[in-house]
Amino acid sequence: MAVWEALVELADDHLVLGHRVSEWCGHAPMLEEDLAMPNMALDVIGTARTLYTRAGELEGKGRDEDAIAYLRNEREYRNCLLVERPNEDFAHTMLRQLYFAAFMKAFWDAALSSADDVVRGVAGKAGKEMAYHIRHAGEWVIRLGDGTEQSARRMRDAVEALSIYVDELFDSSDAAQAAEAAGVLPKRSEMRAAFDKVIGDVFSEALLELPAVPYGQRGGRSGQHGEGLGHMLAEMQSLHRAHPGAAW
Amino acid sequence: MSGSPQGQSGPAWEAAAAVPDPEVPCVSVAELGILRWVQMEGETAVAGVTPTYSGCPATLAIELAIETALRDAGFDARIERLLAPAWTTDWITPEGREKLRAYGIAPPVNGGKASLFGAVDVACPRCGSDHTERLSEFGSTACKAQYRCKACLEPFDYFKCI
Repeated sequence: MAVWEALVELADDHLVLGHRVSEWCGHAPMLEEDLAMPNMALDVIGTARTLYTRAGELEGKGRDEDAIAYLRNEREYRNCLLVERPNEDFAHTMLRQLYFAAFMKAFWDAALSSADDVVRGVAGKAGKEMAYHIRHAGEWVIRLGDGTEQSARRMRDAVEALSIYVDELFDSSDAAQAAEAAGVLPKRSEMRAAFDKVIGDVFSEALLELPAVPYGQRGGRSGQHGEGLGHMLAEMQSLHRAHPGAAW
Repeated sequence: MSGSPQGQSGPAWEAAAAVPDPEVPCVSVAELGILRWVQMEGETAVAGVTPTYSGCPATLAIELAIETALRDAGFDARIERLLAPAWTTDWITPEGREKLRAYGIAPPVNGGKASLFGAVDVACPRCGSDHTERLSEFGSTACKAQYRCKACLEPFDYFKCI
């Protein structure tokens, strides 16, 4: 496995999450959140674009960001399962964002010393953006968890539904291990303490408990996804596939 | 090529530095700190540009505007996108901050990163009161957040501090 494949995995995480978050555009419960969602989506999609471009360069077969994002099928996507989980309600969406940002903040901070110039550049920007996402999503998790009877129930349901996807964040695929050995990406397993600190702080204020997960759900890194990802990609890729090379 | 302060003078720099930001046209790309330098490579003016946010949709428009300005000034032009070091609101010049305030956008508050839920005091750009509240972490563009002044009751944009 090669380093560029690890960058595709990372980019897939960001693109899939960005598309999911963007699905809220026009549907959020209030105007401020309707603005916030596309903003957060833009942050992670921007990160994905830079990583796809860099992966294409390292692969050396002339693929650009669009070729990698739009011309792969579901089984070729390597995103972790957490990011493809459907939006459901605000509790699910915000907890998904908090889990992802809590992991990626630590990851990008560690990637500031990457051997790859582009990864280092991305890390400087994305780390700050993830801190912002932690704050935004964290405030929502607290507001809902320590809110009304209904909001607290929905928040607990989200914790129950999404926590089984957390462990996969800390796994390094063969490609990721190659990138770690080359000093391009940090070791994913080393993010645990920082992740636990963020989640622990938020959950204690949100009156939530982290459930024990005896068996974490895995498979995204080998292309085994939930049913929802195929539907999402069909929507995301249809324009490019119908009109190859379409530009704005 | 580095992002040193060299390359911030001369006719090519002057031409590129005057380009307004497309979203916040009261300030120039130089005042926002996204135009880092312009250096001559033979006949070609090379402009180093650092995007503000990862997904800022204005990045391409900004690069195109700088390239156009350089060509209008008689130079061959090329843009070099600089990802590292990452842009920070600290790079907004004092003049840029004053223009933002005059335009009705509260400039980023300097110094000290806000803790996880630490709030910063943002002064109202219209009446100067510190008695303000945050309406949303995010605003009409990726770089802004929404605030409201509780003294003069005006809503305003705050340039997010990153």
